[in-house]
Amino acid sequence: MTTRIAPGVKGGIGTSVLRPDGEPKVTGNFAYASDLSSEGMLWSATLRSPHAHARLLKIDIGPAVAMDGVRAVLTQDDVPGEPLFGQEEQDQPVLCDGVARYWGEPVAVVAAEDEETARRAAAAIVVEWEPLAPFVDPDKAAEEGSTFRELKVRRGDETATGSVVVEGFYETATQDQAPLGPEAGFAIPDGEGGLDLYVTSQWIHVDHRQIIACLDMEPDQIRCHPAGIGGAFGSREDISLHIHVAMLSLATGRPVKMVYDRSESFVGHVKRHPSRMWYRHEADEDGKLVKVTARLILDGGAYAHTSRAVIANAAFFAVGPYNCDNVVVDAVAVKTNNPPAGAMRGFGAVQTCFGSEMQMDRLAEALDMDPLELRRRNALAAGDPLATSGQIIAGSLPTLAVIDTLEAMPLPDDTIEDDPRLLPGGTGLTTPVSSVVRGVGYAVNVKNLAFSEAFDDFSEARAVMTTAGVEIHTAAMEVGQGLVTVCQQIARTILGTDQVAVVWDDTSQIGSAGSTSASRQTQMTGGAVHAASVGLRDKILESFGGDELREDGVYLHDELVATIDQVCVGGPVGHHVQFRHPETFQPDENGQGDVHAGFVVSAHRAVVDVDPELGLVRVVQVDTVQDVGKALNPQAIVGQLEGGILQGVGLAVMEQLVVDEGVIRNPTFTDYLIPTFVDAPAVNTRVIEEGDHFGPFGAKGIGESPTISATPAVVAAIRAATGRDLTRVPVLPEDIIGI
Amino acid sequence: MNVTITVNGEERVVDVAGHESLLNVLRNDLDLPGTKDACEQGECGSCTVIFDGESVCSCLVMAADADGSTVTTVEGLSVDTELHPVQEAMLAEGAVQCGFCTPGFVVSGSHLLETNPHPTEPEIREALSGNICRCTGYGAILRAFETVTGEGS
Amino acid sequence: MDFIAAHDLDEALAAKAHQPEAQLLAGGTDLMVEVNLAHHRPPSILSLRRVEELRELTPGRIGAGVTWARLERNGHRGLAQAARTVGSPQIRAAGTIGGNVATASPAGDGLPWIIAAEAAIEVKSRERGTRTIPWNEFFIGVKRTSLAADEIITAVVVPEDVPIAQEFAKVGTRNAMVISTVSCVVIRGDDGFRVALGSVATTPMRATRAEEMINAESTTSQSVLDEFARIVSEEVRPITDHRSTESYRRHAAGVLAKRLVERSLR
Repeated sequence: MTTRIAPGVKGGIGTSVLRPDGEPKVTGNFAYASDLSSEGMLWSATLRSPHAHARLLKIDIGPAVAMDGVRAVLTQDDVPGEPLFGQEEQDQPVLCDGVARYWGEPVAVVAAEDEETARRAAAAIVVEWEPLAPFVDPDKAAEEGSTFRELKVRRGDETATGSVVVEGFYETATQDQAPLGPEAGFAIPDGEGGLDLYVTSQWIHVDHRQIIACLDMEPDQIRCHPAGIGGAFGSREDISLHIHVAMLSLATGRPVKMVYDRSESFVGHVKRHPSRMWYRHEADEDGKLVKVTARLILDGGAYAHTSRAVIANAAFFAVGPYNCDNVVVDAVAVKTNNPPAGAMRGFGAVQTCFGSEMQMDRLAEALDMDPLELRRRNALAAGDPLATSGQIIAGSLPTLAVIDTLEAMPLPDDTIEDDPRLLPGGTGLTTPVSSVVRGVGYAVNVKNLAFSEAFDDFSEARAVMTTAGVEIHTAAMEVGQGLVTVCQQIARTILGTDQVAVVWDDTSQIGSAGSTSASRQTQMTGGAVHAASVGLRDKILESFGGDELREDGVYLHDELVATIDQVCVGGPVGHHVQFRHPETFQPDENGQGDVHAGFVVSAHRAVVDVDPELGLVRVVQVDTVQDVGKALNPQAIVGQLEGGILQGVGLAVMEQLVVDEGVIRNPTFTDYLIPTFVDAPAVNTRVIEEGDHFGPFGAKGIGESPTISATPAVVAAIRAATGRDLTRVPVLPEDIIGI
Repeated sequence: MNVTITVNGEERVVDVAGHESLLNVLRNDLDLPGTKDACEQGECGSCTVIFDGESVCSCLVMAADADGSTVTTVEGLSVDTELHPVQEAMLAEGAVQCGFCTPGFVVSGSHLLETNPHPTEPEIREALSGNICRCTGYGAILRAFETVTGEGS
Repeated sequence: MDFIAAHDLDEALAAKAHQPEAQLLAGGTDLMVEVNLAHHRPPSILSLRRVEELRELTPGRIGAGVTWARLERNGHRGLAQAARTVGSPQIRAAGTIGGNVATASPAGDGLPWIIAAEAAIEVKSRERGTRTIPWNEFFIGVKRTSLAADEIITAVVVPEDVPIAQEFAKVGTRNAMVISTVSCVVIRGDDGFRVALGSVATTPMRATRAEEMINAESTTSQSVLDEFARIVSEEVRPITDHRSTESYRRHAAGVLAKRLVERSLR
């Protein structure tokens, strides 16, 4: 394959071209799912369980049905097909099936002529509940075997010991993805018993599979369309309102709109698993890791969602990007009456990276060694076995380069500016400069790319040459990350023209692109677009005996031999592919095997200013070095790094859902705090380009990596500033003070 | 009840329900969905509009109380194909990812530059601290504003 | 729902006399949250947005309709500092001090300054005319005040001799746009220090024991300040909730009070 870009192409790979959806987004003209409407549309609302665990004794929908303007009130009895859904395990009732297993579980849905009537009707439904004791203790759940998956990793010699030993117990709280765009769906009946569904999603094909099963429909009767999405970060990997809005539309024969408000959004999607982790690290006198032992409990809440995959990631990345020959990990995802957990940026690796990086710092302290030097001595490289699974790292893994480059980046000068907006406490004017101490901390992480454990992971794409330019067809979900731009750039580079449009197909028009998650779309859908473009180019060149494709046609030895009109004389010319990454395998009973397709590494250095007396923090600066394989769009990379880092900073110092006996106490933006502009650190970025073994031009996915070690880097910096042994995130003011 | 609001220079008469917010009326009745609905409690800034000269959260303005007012939404900031300098800069600097917060930043930002044409970095941060962005980490947004004010690259 | 837009104070008072159940709308930054998220549906609303008389701002008199944005620029020093921390810039452009006083949240950002300044709340009704209620008789419980159903808050009346050495600080878990977990105002005058705190009791409160202690001292040495902070921590009556803990609030109350005394001396 060639990476030579035809003359005249400006928007190929390696450039920071503008995103095609940017202008509609800045002018307010971009249609998000929650903006859709049509004549004759009904609004809808959901009645939810007020209990984390309760038996539903009786439900009387009569008062709702009797209200003027109400067109449908549906309960679990009205589900036409499979009563349960779930992408890995079908275990969640579409609507409450007699027992509510988490707070806010949907019980009934209503469609009505206007929003207010729908909401009032849902509230008018009379439910008799028998509250049951909520089962919310993850330790007890682990003990009693209330689990989604238990995973054992045994590598090397379990009896090995090191002369330097550190142990610790760590916790991470429940983080919410809190995308700004709420869950939204719009269903339009097709007049033939089926419907078109526009939904906020990360993977419309896996939604589609679950929807048709629950609706008892043929695949072609329901068409899921991508809709404009206001961020995702994992929250849209699982079904939320999809089946509900479709049921209401089928029941009424009318278009139905469903949009969650913010409080409903907090209960309506899965969250990052809260975790409890015990670790023991053993090393020799030189700081070489001898053995790592860990016990990990992640709370999956009431239903399975992606807990089986999340716990695998937690277990396989429990040691971080380090070599260690002897590893013992016992990991379990437990089932409780807490809010259901699932995918969020970093997907299990976030939790164990926090635990293991805190351990590495403790080990460095015990060894009286520079924390980066300790990491350098153990750095995992391509060709080494992953400490947990033993899988030999294929592709690139520039751990050492990442660490060395980070260390060489300049630190900010020591001056602490006397401006409240740059001080802990901000405009609250809590903190004079004299009360501030500064700390610096480091952390490094490794994570898998794309789906693992023998999952048949593929993406379909079709490249079509038309007289108006190239069309790239895919069902991959653009959630804001810029996949649309990267697809264009890849196609432009291969097909020699800037005239490339990405066309989002629905589920009836093209096969699955897989999920926009697991950092996979740049490699997977990017890979599919690359392969489709190469196939199309070669087909055209072969037909016309050319050696190069350019915007105006086929060339041979720099001479035009066929115009695009001639190429398309028989109609558009297309090439369709299904792209797969290298095969992965199930781990054996000891968690060993070639479980993953590829890996990505990054490191973070945080500089924080702390007011130790009040426990307030300002994250001043975060520097990062990211392994990218190949930088396809430098500006978009910086955007992913800065954005991912701030979500990691959020988990480090403020973000947590407060869950009390299964009830979320802060499901609003007033009380679930997300970093503001004033809280955001300056970020400096560097990338390492060492091409990977799959994906377009050697590029890696970088959606998750920036979030993962940002959190422990910030905590390490707070610890350096205060001397406090911090073991839980978010670090709250009372943790810093020690009260 | 009927209220008259001058929206983006055009006088509009609309029948509003008592409890409705200006945000709802803009989005659902006046066909101006560019103003976004993300938290309904004034904690994210996605619904920011200029209301009688002030930059406010339209979710917290009772539509009935907006009778006689003048409102500018994101749709009113670009004229035909000519983008507002803030829109131009946000586009160029990669300050748009999912874009759900973008209309709010465009409106708050245009108001900031009207009241303070050359804000310092801390002033930009504070003036836009009522607008939450979940995607960008604010870096590209900061660079966009620095470009508009001539402080940036 | 009835919606009444009063155009002047007489009209507002007449409407309130006629419909005492009417909920007042003065900025909407509290009321509309209730409407949007808790689906509160008041039977009638009386909007004060157009009432010019409520927008008066002089050193001695802060009209109830004055927004935080104006106070941030033109308020008394301590109140201006507090105003800067109210919600977001958008909230400050809409929200009013009268709304803050009427809502009477323990976390109301403007309230500690009012009680430290020993300001009074001026209220009016058509039937009984004007009442000027001292701060300590106005705030009577969590979101409870002594305002009568037919009354409207018209102004915060500030004593002419309010000292100019005023300092405010507020702790939250975010560095902007955050509800206070503890806030504090210290005003230093010829008669000594006055210390008021928010989010540490059912109402904003004065730390009277701590005031007495520090005002009895002839110096503000470190040991005096430490003892002062200890008494503030002891004197406040905070709770543990999803925003913070009782022990952190006690601790932070003492630290803020001590720091503000120091700041007021600079």
